[in-house]
Amino acid sequence: MTPDILVSIFMTLVAASTPLLLAALGELIVEKSGVLNLGVEGMMLSGAVAGFAMAFSTGSVGLGLLAAIAAGVATAMIFAVLTLSLTANQVATGLALTIFGIGASSLIGAGFVGRTIQRLGPVFPAALSEHPVLRAIFGHDIVVYLSLALVLAVSLFLRRSRPGLILRAVGENAASAHAIGYPVLAIRYGAVAFGGALAGLGGAYFSLALTPMWADRLTAGRGWIALALVVFAAWRPGRLLLGAYLFGAVMTLELQAKAAGVTWLAPEFLAMTPYLATIAVLTMMSLGRRTGRLDAPACLGKPFSAS
Amino acid sequence: MTSIITRRRFNFGAGAAAATLPLIGAGARAQAPLGVGFIYVGPIGDHGWSWTHDQGRLALEKEFGAKIKTSFIENVAEGPDAARALRQLAQAGNQLIFATSFGFMNPTVQVAKQFPKLKFEHATGYQRAENLATYNARFYEGRAVIGAIAGHMSKSGQAGYIASFPIPEVVMGINAFTLAARKVNPNFKTKVIWASTWYDPAKEADAAKALIDQGADVITQHTDSPAALQAAEQRGVFAFGQASDMKAFAPKAHLTAIVDDWSGYYIKRVKEVMDGSWKTGDVWGGIKDGMVRIAPFNDAVTPAARAAAEELQKGIVAGTLHPFTGELKDQKGVLRLKAGETASDEMLSKMDWFVDGVQA
Repeated sequence: MTPDILVSIFMTLVAASTPLLLAALGELIVEKSGVLNLGVEGMMLSGAVAGFAMAFSTGSVGLGLLAAIAAGVATAMIFAVLTLSLTANQVATGLALTIFGIGASSLIGAGFVGRTIQRLGPVFPAALSEHPVLRAIFGHDIVVYLSLALVLAVSLFLRRSRPGLILRAVGENAASAHAIGYPVLAIRYGAVAFGGALAGLGGAYFSLALTPMWADRLTAGRGWIALALVVFAAWRPGRLLLGAYLFGAVMTLELQAKAAGVTWLAPEFLAMTPYLATIAVLTMMSLGRRTGRLDAPACLGKPFSAS
Repeated sequence: MTSIITRRRFNFGAGAAAATLPLIGAGARAQAPLGVGFIYVGPIGDHGWSWTHDQGRLALEKEFGAKIKTSFIENVAEGPDAARALRQLAQAGNQLIFATSFGFMNPTVQVAKQFPKLKFEHATGYQRAENLATYNARFYEGRAVIGAIAGHMSKSGQAGYIASFPIPEVVMGINAFTLAARKVNPNFKTKVIWASTWYDPAKEADAAKALIDQGADVITQHTDSPAALQAAEQRGVFAFGQASDMKAFAPKAHLTAIVDDWSGYYIKRVKEVMDGSWKTGDVWGGIKDGMVRIAPFNDAVTPAARAAAEELQKGIVAGTLHPFTGELKDQKGVLRLKAGETASDEMLSKMDWFVDGVQA
């Protein structure tokens, strides 16, 4: 287990955790505003296919990332119109958007299967990004650093800013926020758009950085893991960062254990732990008011209509 | 009253007469194009397994032109849904239907019973019927060739093998690869990760990375996407393409590939259906029959590796070299082949044991 190999494992871990972190962070904002968006997987796939299609057509990965964000927002807007303006059931609409995203991305992506692009590269120059040890910090691409910056930004936004306070108010008690005069639906629209943008970006990370190609269902269910992650993190960005890297570590180590021929513990047990941890958190939450800080936003999932 | 009944009878009679018109026309349409249907387990754009079957289908169109009409359904999940897809093709008027994956076996047997007049072909299976034939290619011959190359090219003496499911097809590939590599390097080790899927690019890439982290410097796979090759390229190790030449995805890492070529077999079978000589049976063609080919070598392949690969190919084609030749013991020490004995097709199709050097 040389330092070189440990650094390689760490790099793989970071790459596996980043899309989870992005999608979960977006969903955290959405849920803080009181909307439950189960369509994260569909939005990630929209972002993945749009990002790849743009990057392949124009040769620019940067444009691909922007296209992915746009696609994520567009898909999220469908969800927003249905649940916010038309007050459709949020759970059912979210699931429908997931299925829609899977199908639409498969259709659009059909012409791009079997193609490849230049992978998203590291930000820092080769001296730092390819150094055997320093690359653990400097060898990542821009999306990784962006995801970390976003965690900080979202955390400050929610706890230290007025708009963040308003967002939280809308999520805790939409009726009161409306009575004070805040535009509840507009705020929720903004939150859903932000969630879609980050989900699209997270999905594009698959098709532009992890495996620079398009394939059906490329995200392979990571959107669902992101949803579980938001609950696991108890709607707090700091814990979300920890949780994302924990989940990513578990996914990475499962394969490492398989490759190393570990037989005393079935690697599949490692794969189960994120879900077991999420169930544990949900149980703790429902045990009572004593663990008040772990409560979900009070209006989560409830439709709001000004009356 | 009498007139109404008469009118009804008249309408009935006219309707019956009209219904016979298509049958009269059918005689004139005896030269209608032969319908040939395919179901694929993955997307044709996987550039691997399903893509090569589709290339075979395109070869049929090129060869027979207007005399046949092909159709396909891709991304058919192995299991009950395959029965639906097969029935769809059967009811659409296809006379010859190819089911191109092992997991389609039971649905194909079922549907073949329901449509006794149609002909079915199942790839890599072992159940046959009056109207159901099986076919396969001796990929293990290709595995032996790339194993020989891996033995020469690997500095760490370890290969990473991304496998799908522990079915005999996959197991014999792992064994053939390892045996050939061990002839060059007696301490060669093959580390296997079971991906439990034929196609999941992200998982294949991560599995490749994990194997490389654990010491493998040659990557090969029995899954269908080029993702593992991309990971190998990124890490600067060597890899082999699966089912098709995947050089475009990994120009430096890709040494060669086992290329599947189904066109010869498909053309032969369609000709047999057309002239009425189609019979059920089991075809298992290899390098000699052109069903398995080795892609052009990368410049990085050393002369020694090249020579070993070419010698092995010549021997296989001539019948003088068999990748599974005794004396051969499996990992647990059980004697599987006596000295000089070669593995029978039956032993291969039931293989569920690994040779020394395989960590599975």
